[in-house]
Amino acid sequence: MPQILVDALAKTYRVAERAPGLAGALRGLVRRQWREVHALMDVSFSLEAGELLAFIGPNGAGKSTTVKILSGILRPTSGRVEVGGLVPYEDRMRHVARIGVVFGQRSQLWWDLPILDGFDLLADIYRVDATHYRRRRDELVAMVRLEPLLAQPVRQLSLGQRMRAEFVAALLHDPEILFLDEPTIGLDAPSKLAVRQCVKRLNREQGVTVLLTTHDMHDVEALAERVIVIGQGRLLADGPFNSLRTGSLAERRLHVDFAGPTPGFEMPGVTVRTRGERSLELGFDPAVIPTPRLIAAIATQHAVEDIHVDEVAIEEVIARFYELHDAHEA
Amino acid sequence: MTMQPIRPYFAAFRARFQLVLQYCVAALAGFATQCWWGGIKVMVFAAFYGAHAAAAPISLADAITYVWLGQALLALLPWVADPEIDEAVRTGGVGYDRLRPLDAYGFWYARTLGWMLARALPRALLMILAAGIVLPLIGLGAWSWRPPSGVAAALLFVPAFALMVALSAAVLTLANVVVAASLNARGVNAVLTPLVIVFSGSLLPLDFYPDALRPFLHVQPLAGLVDIPFRIYFADLEGSAALRGLALQAGWTAVLVGFGRLAMERVMRRLEIQGG
Repeated sequence: MPQILVDALAKTYRVAERAPGLAGALRGLVRRQWREVHALMDVSFSLEAGELLAFIGPNGAGKSTTVKILSGILRPTSGRVEVGGLVPYEDRMRHVARIGVVFGQRSQLWWDLPILDGFDLLADIYRVDATHYRRRRDELVAMVRLEPLLAQPVRQLSLGQRMRAEFVAALLHDPEILFLDEPTIGLDAPSKLAVRQCVKRLNREQGVTVLLTTHDMHDVEALAERVIVIGQGRLLADGPFNSLRTGSLAERRLHVDFAGPTPGFEMPGVTVRTRGERSLELGFDPAVIPTPRLIAAIATQHAVEDIHVDEVAIEEVIARFYELHDAHEA
Repeated sequence: MTMQPIRPYFAAFRARFQLVLQYCVAALAGFATQCWWGGIKVMVFAAFYGAHAAAAPISLADAITYVWLGQALLALLPWVADPEIDEAVRTGGVGYDRLRPLDAYGFWYARTLGWMLARALPRALLMILAAGIVLPLIGLGAWSWRPPSGVAAALLFVPAFALMVALSAAVLTLANVVVAASLNARGVNAVLTPLVIVFSGSLLPLDFYPDALRPFLHVQPLAGLVDIPFRIYFADLEGSAALRGLALQAGWTAVLVGFGRLAMERVMRRLEIQGG
């Protein structure tokens, strides 16, 4: 049986609405207008223990709502959710003892307390055995290199430092599953790398199941074998990351630098994307015209100085994917 | 370990208590204000007793003790919902509270209790020093805070004080739940503060209100915050009357805790945490 089972999940919010301005405010006093927002519609997937799954999708797609339902904070409008055999929002106390959660945009540490005091408090809250706690804490602190900061109050930390502390905080009670909602948001490059490394180690070495949401495609490339794309509350794709590329934007790019002025160029199945004085950027689909044949054709006809092939940047692939599925933020 | 079940709640209480205790300047400012108001109230009582001593339900000495006791323990009353909960509700931090394997009501109750007691402790100690020790020493014994009226009163005041604290925390936790439901503390506080001023007996001992109101005033929940425990302190309530007072405090505490738990359950069911 899978560790996480989501079947026909739907969540509808009721949002109060009023016309702008004073007239709207007065009308709102008398009669409220409600609008239904379908944050999730018929989302189904399952996840085995030890898997690492990335949730991607535009802002407002329903990623965070999914995480909040799976972690037991929100109740769905309909559908079935089971995590480790428990329904999160029915059996909240037992469920939350087995999971760890990091919301990139919020802190679970106490603003005015030194990091270490916050960890102690969490160990008490999760009733972690004292000796086990010290060992676990030291191991985690060493992993994210937090030792020099332990005595500092949380409010004095940089975002990158705080995020490392958030990871330790979420893991002190040995959760089986880790939910990460945009864990790299706003981080600089080294901090992002540190977060990714930490997630990878937890998943590979300790077998922690990880479900993360992100907008950073490098997170996905570095971490996840499996990706779910969600847009406007619907599940659009579920599979290996590379299948997204082949499914939506298989195009590759060929950059050619010529020894002399750029010659005229035309070839079936190849588009000229940019034309420089002594260079060309071509777009082509390798399924239509194989890369070696294209290179050979150019190299034999023209004096070429340099040539290299690129894949389309992953951001572009995803943007294209959202476009294909009409999944841009409403 | 035997304390495992309450370990998280005690830890939450202790953390909050220690943190709030650090706000020395706030405590000193509060103490200064409470001395000032205490002085004014004592003078008003003196003027009233000078003219109408016969009409008063308690002696002037007891009324003065009532004032100082009230000023000392002012921070224990449920004036406003816990600002930490308000903050958590506005920033969405309340979502993390839902992620703790704890009884949600107990978690909030413990934190609010820590906040209340830490605010009250330094103020109360300073007030004992000022009104209970310094005033008699400088020859103003007539205007001072007297010790409890006898051993029985002192012994009965211990549970009365504990119940006062428990009741106040129950009122506050219920207020916190209303804050979570309405997403804003202002409305709650605007209603709560005036109710507490009048109905607890903080403004005036409840026996000073018109006869017609008294049967109601003496059984409503907020009487257990000031009027009942303080009258037990100077033995205006003794014997079976004191026990009835304690029962009323305990009963209302139980009712408010029960009601607060139900309300919490309902509010958390329809909780929505937006954005992010």
